[in-house]
Amino acid sequence: MTLSEGEVWMLIGALVVMTAGMKAIGPALVGGRELPAWCAGVIALMAPALLAALVATAVFADGPHLSVGADTAGVAVATVLLVRRAPLVLVCAVAMVVTAALRALG
Amino acid sequence: MGSEEFRLGLRLGLPYAAVGFVLSGSFGVLAVQTGFTPLQAIATSALVFAGSAQFAALAIVSGGGGIGAALGSATLMHSRFLAMGIALAPSLPGGPLRRAAEGQAVIDASWALANRGDGTFNRELLIGTTLPQYASWFAGTVVGALAGDLIGDPEQYGLDVLFPTFFMAILLAELRRPRARVVALAGAGISLALVPFAPAGIPVLAAGAAALIGLGDAAPEEGEKA
Repeated sequence: MTLSEGEVWMLIGALVVMTAGMKAIGPALVGGRELPAWCAGVIALMAPALLAALVATAVFADGPHLSVGADTAGVAVATVLLVRRAPLVLVCAVAMVVTAALRALG
Repeated sequence: MGSEEFRLGLRLGLPYAAVGFVLSGSFGVLAVQTGFTPLQAIATSALVFAGSAQFAALAIVSGGGGIGAALGSATLMHSRFLAMGIALAPSLPGGPLRRAAEGQAVIDASWALANRGDGTFNRELLIGTTLPQYASWFAGTVVGALAGDLIGDPEQYGLDVLFPTFFMAILLAELRRPRARVVALAGAGISLALVPFAPAGIPVLAAGAAALIGLGDAAPEEGEKA
């Protein structure tokens, strides 16, 4: 990390303003009104786009390299269990055990 | 309306709170290892209380990125709350300030659970579901930030898979919409294609462009919940 302690506080402050503001805008301003359709369609699809990218990079990216590792296997097992509607806490525990075991063996 | 729904929310929030405890614990550990002071790590969880934004910002700064890049990545990660807040707005009583304050209770799992499926949200259930998740998010970060040195490398325990697993669970719920599957594939593809070339954080930022597939779509049905 290249940030100083003061810069980290600045970042935290900025994150507080951004996250609270983002949650406040809709309830405060929109009330009962609807968004223009073109805008609503894009916003509705932001979540899957970003979540998929987040999962993909967390699982496959190792710095600037793409790689398959123990975490890839752990999340793959978790995904199968989630699709089969296993409880989230169980799924997370299994994913951790699979990943940790593969790392211990490898 | 009644405290019954609030209590139901508290119960429904517990499994998410349990995962959140460990997840925020790993945030505390990673934040301190990245160079945050323990107080900074705890303050982040207490005041920001947004897992994806926190991890996104942390990933950028631990990769050597600056405040602007970290804030930009966190903002895009958090942008879904704009849409979620707009959908929730008609279900909140009172004036703009009160609605804005109650809107802070929105987090992914609570928002999904409080959705009645008819375009309205159960406000008491929403707040009830969020409370245990806030408490455990805070407590987990305290433990992680203070015990981080004892724990050593969180990857040894597979803690790093909690983050993608938690978000995979939310993503799978989104994928009930066929359009979302196309967008998710495109988003994942864009991000992975950029990983070898782009600075940290940019791949996920750029994946947001996949949502442009929704340009001109009719507004999503608010009651649309499989």
